[in-house]
Amino acid sequence: MKRQDVEDIEIKLLLEGIFQVHGYDFREYAEASIRRRLTQWLQCSGFGSFSEAQAHVLRDHELFNCLLDGITVNVSEMFRDPLFFKAMREDVVPHLKTYPFIKIWVAGCAAGEEAYSLAILLCEEGLEGHYRIYATDINEKTLKQAADGIYPIEKIQQFTQSYQKAGGKRDFADYYTARYDSAILAQKLKNNIVFASHNLTVDAGIGEMHMVLCRNLLIYFKAALKERVLALFDGSLANGGFLCLGVKETLSGRGIAGRYMEMAQGMRIYRKQYV
Amino acid sequence: MYRNRQFCAVVAGVSMGGVEALRILLGGLPVNFRLPLLIVHHISADSGSDLAKLLGARCAIHVKEADEGEAITPGTAYLAPPNYHLLVEKDGTLALSVDMPVNFARPSVDVLFESAADAFGAGLIGVILTGAGFDGSNGLRKIKDNGGLAVVQDPSDAEADSMPRSALAAVEADHVLPLKDICGLLCSLESSCLSRSTPNETKGNTNDRTR
Repeated sequence: MKRQDVEDIEIKLLLEGIFQVHGYDFREYAEASIRRRLTQWLQCSGFGSFSEAQAHVLRDHELFNCLLDGITVNVSEMFRDPLFFKAMREDVVPHLKTYPFIKIWVAGCAAGEEAYSLAILLCEEGLEGHYRIYATDINEKTLKQAADGIYPIEKIQQFTQSYQKAGGKRDFADYYTARYDSAILAQKLKNNIVFASHNLTVDAGIGEMHMVLCRNLLIYFKAALKERVLALFDGSLANGGFLCLGVKETLSGRGIAGRYMEMAQGMRIYRKQYV
Repeated sequence: MYRNRQFCAVVAGVSMGGVEALRILLGGLPVNFRLPLLIVHHISADSGSDLAKLLGARCAIHVKEADEGEAITPGTAYLAPPNYHLLVEKDGTLALSVDMPVNFARPSVDVLFESAADAFGAGLIGVILTGAGFDGSNGLRKIKDNGGLAVVQDPSDAEADSMPRSALAAVEADHVLPLKDICGLLCSLESSCLSRSTPNETKGNTNDRTR
């Protein structure tokens, strides 16, 4: 048997062990990406093989947390895909304004970039104080960073450009304070965001949301897990609510597709139909 | 040239000078070319997805932007979307990721090449074309390590020569050719292959190297 085939078996065994011991289920993640990340983690870990690492990962919670950190996506960008946020501002916000209070779930929020982008957009559209964003992730360390809302200063230039392309109405500098090599987001953006731990592979949904954003996470899942997570979102959305996916993700061919209509062309904003 | 050897896919990496290079490479392939091509072209994150359309209009083979989860079809060239890594699963489907940039690039040539080397083994042809930087060198080495074929554009023929030079420093390339001759090489490599097979089906049959 080739070395690589043995390694594939070791990865399967490790992921099974992690699920049974720590409750995190990566067994239904698409293999190419998880293999790449695990291999990188192994190289830095000092263990000679996944089998050797497994004995320690299953017993040592600290070590597992370090592995978790290595194999989850922990960083995003503010206003990634500016045209998506522009479409949200123009096509979705008018509908959101009809609700007295808006509840939004940002699933897989990484370091909070998307949740804060959304908060900025909602505030500019006059909805400050009228919304709550539930931003969830499986990685506790990342959630802590998200709640702090502190980003490396060198990222601000890119965030600012994207903000402008997304139809931002103010000066992006209004939303952060630069200190040394960091930018700290304004407190008013943090007021209405709840950061919480949530595991899409095993936990239940959160009801009853007017919008669910989960962008560029489903690309990491195999088909069965995609279906599970989409059903979870469907169950968490009120009729007339909005489901937002990444620009390279689609509902077409998925079980829940029949109940949804795509809003802005190509921006993967879907609206749940009133039955 | 490689009798009894079955290739099942081509991966290509290109950076500076890439649009013109891809126009020549893909434009030179005939309509009955059966191997799928997976391509990473370094482009800025906010460039649109028009390159596939632009190239498709000038090529006999089908050119499209890669979609997540789609099955690789023979005779089609897939371009990595802007701001996503492109990877290959072992079942012959395409995957995308937003993992951190690799070698300052997303999409990264290394990410594509390394996953394709896992999926296709000795059935893979890796091609490094014009470009600045060094992305793709590690990936090409992995393709060679897994028994695949390494093709590098002659640096003296490349608009930017550092990517081909870096690749040549990292691996002993099987072919170093000017761009216009790479089309002909791919056609001759393709002629004996079973391009409809999935990677796993062809993997066992590809050890007979007759070079």
